Amino acid sequence: MSYSVSLSKLLESIGAKEGSNLSVSSKDKTYIGRLMPHHDFSDGDILVIKLSSGYNVGIRIYPDSEVKVLEHSAPALKKEVAFERKEGRPNIVFIGTGGTIASGADYRTGAVRPALSASEMIALVPGITDIANISAKAMLSLFSENMNVEHWQELAKAVAEEINGGADAVMVLHGTDTMGYTAAALSFMLGDVPKPVVLVGAQRSPDRPSSDAPSNLTAAVRFCINGGAAGVFVVMHDTLGDDSFAVHTGTRVRKMHTSRRDAFESINASPIAFLDEEGTIRFTREKRAAASGKAAARTDMERSTVLLQYYPGMDPSLFEEIMMKSKGIVIAGSGLGHVSESMIPLIKKACGSGSVVVVTSQCLGGRTNLNVYNTGRDMLAAGAISVLDMLPETAYVKLMWVLANSKDAEEAKRLMMTPLAGEMGDRRTVDV
Amino acid sequence: MSERELTCGIEIHQQLDTKKLFCDCESDLRDDGYGAYYRRLRPTASEMGEMDKAALVQFQKDVGFRYQCCEGCTCLADLDEEPPHSVNEDAMDTVLTFSMMLNGRMIDEIHFMRKMAIDGSNTTGYQRTAMIATDGSIEVKGKKIGISSVCLEEDSARKVEAAGNEVLYRLDRLGIPLIEVATAPDMETPEEVMEVALRLGAILRATKRVKRGIGTIREDINISIPRGARVEIKGAQELRLLPDYVRNEMERQKMLIRIKDILNERGTKPADIIPEDVTELFSKSSSKVIKGAIEDKGKVIAVRLPGFSGVLNGDGGKLRLGSEMAQYARTRGVKGIFHSDELPNYGIEKEYVDSLREYLKLSSEDAFVICAAKEKKALDALRVSVERANYAIEGVPQETRDPLPDGTTRYSRPLPGAARMYPETDVPPMLLTEERIRRIRENLPEFPEEIEKRLVSSYGINAQQANQIVRRSRDELFVKISEGSGMPAVAATILTNTYTELEHEELDPDSIGDAQLLGLFELLKANRFSKEALPSLLREMAKGSDAEAAVGKLGLEAVGSDEAAELIAAMVKEREEFIRSKGLDAIGPLMGPVMAALRGKIDGKQANELLAEAIKKLIG
Repeated sequence: MSYSVSLSKLLESIGAKEGSNLSVSSKDKTYIGRLMPHHDFSDGDILVIKLSSGYNVGIRIYPDSEVKVLEHSAPALKKEVAFERKEGRPNIVFIGTGGTIASGADYRTGAVRPALSASEMIALVPGITDIANISAKAMLSLFSENMNVEHWQELAKAVAEEINGGADAVMVLHGTDTMGYTAAALSFMLGDVPKPVVLVGAQRSPDRPSSDAPSNLTAAVRFCINGGAAGVFVVMHDTLGDDSFAVHTGTRVRKMHTSRRDAFESINASPIAFLDEEGTIRFTREKRAAASGKAAARTDMERSTVLLQYYPGMDPSLFEEIMMKSKGIVIAGSGLGHVSESMIPLIKKACGSGSVVVVTSQCLGGRTNLNVYNTGRDMLAAGAISVLDMLPETAYVKLMWVLANSKDAEEAKRLMMTPLAGEMGDRRTVDV
Repeated sequence: MSERELTCGIEIHQQLDTKKLFCDCESDLRDDGYGAYYRRLRPTASEMGEMDKAALVQFQKDVGFRYQCCEGCTCLADLDEEPPHSVNEDAMDTVLTFSMMLNGRMIDEIHFMRKMAIDGSNTTGYQRTAMIATDGSIEVKGKKIGISSVCLEEDSARKVEAAGNEVLYRLDRLGIPLIEVATAPDMETPEEVMEVALRLGAILRATKRVKRGIGTIREDINISIPRGARVEIKGAQELRLLPDYVRNEMERQKMLIRIKDILNERGTKPADIIPEDVTELFSKSSSKVIKGAIEDKGKVIAVRLPGFSGVLNGDGGKLRLGSEMAQYARTRGVKGIFHSDELPNYGIEKEYVDSLREYLKLSSEDAFVICAAKEKKALDALRVSVERANYAIEGVPQETRDPLPDGTTRYSRPLPGAARMYPETDVPPMLLTEERIRRIRENLPEFPEEIEKRLVSSYGINAQQANQIVRRSRDELFVKISEGSGMPAVAATILTNTYTELEHEELDPDSIGDAQLLGLFELLKANRFSKEALPSLLREMAKGSDAEAAVGKLGLEAVGSDEAAELIAAMVKEREEFIRSKGLDAIGPLMGPVMAALRGKIDGKQANELLAEAIKKLIG
């Protein structure tokens, strides 16, 4: 809720702005303090001021209340600090896209700001400028639920440009909600990128002393400098402690918890590496070595692609229009990849019209297999394909990319079943 | 108007007996914890976007924290692994009730804040706190005492141990709701401080939603005297010591003012900190501290204090600047310092003192201070202690001091600056509705004086007893005992006279659990002992015995060993045939019946001896 009409008029007439020092007399009591931004959930007739004790209090303003400006606010001083660059140190570029990792309260006014400035991003990691030449760019300021395909395309181009401009690694500071999707998109768009491209997020914003942003960023920087691996990765906490970090392959990673620091997990594969607090890196399998060379961003995407989750009672008539309009359809089926019998004629119709129907499992863990039960065999007969142990979200992103990068549905299907960026495998050991 | 001899305000922190403030966990303390999740807390940028350099240096030194969880009373919210839930409504109602009982002015819309604290005591790096009311008052002995503010906040985590660069905390206490009530600086005598604390305590307890027992209520005292300075004594837990803390602090400040006058009269100037390595001079000293330090590759370092002689320890121990300096020095990790006013002593003979004075070229008005430790530590300790000495020329420093069990205090740290507080964006503001205020007003609990009247009319005790019982918040206990035993007069005497006697003996009768006391009255009701024995039994129980054990111990005195021997002899006689067949082996099987007959009146060892004697006598 915003201020009521009468209260906004009153504030305007006396020239009160956020940060102004006010005297507020309401019901026999006078409060003195700085005007704070109006909270979304505050009542319209409530004025929030910060008392000299530091406490914010909400005061109801009545028609006979008196509000006076004692002192107008001074503009906030913000310095952009220039960092020294040294020959011989690795060049790392931070690209800020917004999200929790780049958000925090403005301590002067109390408002939550959407993005950190470039130098603030660098300041998150103590001592980082001693080991690398860091440059930071605030490209977007979005919470990641607002990221879309155009943003992925823009980001992939920016990353390729930085690498071709001499960056030894690019780190993308990203909101965690859809970081897995962006990581998958960059993985397909950047293909055999010769350098590490690392997405890093935070589950606690950097304005909190307990933020996981500094330690995640530190681990990511260390992985960029000492890991010697090329590809697209996600670096986040591996446990609840600030002393263990996991490096996930960009196409295998998924946010599996709403709030824990260790929310990110590799599914159907182990993280490619772990780091401890000292920065020691332990790889769990062979890496693709970083090399010199150019990066190319192939960013075309077929937007007419959907991701559907099968559920009991799914009514084909509700989905007919959607499926018949889409060139690509990913279904997260039940169990080994199933849908109900009633959905099969629709799948057949969609495939018949030239759409590609890709089956994954909402179990997430394990591979799909449509040969075991009748339903599965019927789905195959209807023209659907299953894609081993690929995550539904990854399959959705890949299908968009594959459809835009193949000449027909048959080639698209073949590419869907071919590993391009570590996104699928046909061997799962008991420990992952 | 004559100047007040004392200006004093207090702040009380009282734990509430509800679930935790921002999650659904129980608010109990546990003996054990599990897990040890490692965390670091990073200083955040200030309002101007700049980092606190000292705090950043601390962070870069790799200081980290580990957090233990506890069954039932910790969850992801405590570990800062999920956002805070909605504020606990019971806790909110309790603080609103309390504020209303103080006639405070409620804040119209309540905003939770983050009070920054990166010492690890909060997993988040801040304490959540909200101001609930201002401008209340209470009346104590006919005088109005202002209440500046009432806040609702979270308690911090408990420190379990600190080792090296890590501190281990247990999360059971973190998040327990606390009412923080701050008075205006309206108190003028040590006794008044006690009365105000008692009155606030009684009103807090009157809400029936506060925790009881040691550690559940903590007092901070703000004290200053004319020409003195504001000093905060933080975290006092024993109410009865409050007047002592105030009195001793007044004396300490008066003493420091006297020292200031002496130094000013002498024209003493701040001493330059010029450390002199005098290790060589002390190489043959027999002082344990000095020998130990030198063996540990440490040094003996001295600093001159020109014009400070006689105030470090003088006038028969009444001037004690030296001990103030030592308290500062100890915050730097040394065991202590030696100064010229206390030497020769502690194994440092006169010849060493004389040669040191000569070496430092000191006149009779000059003093010196020495420290024996690793060089860096010693220099650091000497620097802060000489700075402390120099401040004596200006007067009393503003300080935070720790309360000690003997009623004195010890330097802890400088008074903190204004707290850094930012909005808690995870908790939405809460509009205080008319309806909620009405509901709380209509359900206000009895005020202490109303409880007193009820006790008098319902239980027939006298007004003075009722007053004392309520003032010490023992009314609920009194009612329980009276209802259970039907002996209100006895209960009243116990909770007033007897408890006061025990307190005079330095025992804490409130440490006897309610259940134990109720149990004792059960035993009384069952005629296990006479009511005359109650004071002695309670004395035992205040020392830690449970009711049964106390009765056992005391019962023995009452029964006497002769009586017990007679009873045992009779029992032996009854089983003569069995005993003759078994001899001394009969002791084992007979112990059961003997203990049953004498339960609580004699201990097992003695029963065994008496039984053996009786058997020997029988079988010859």
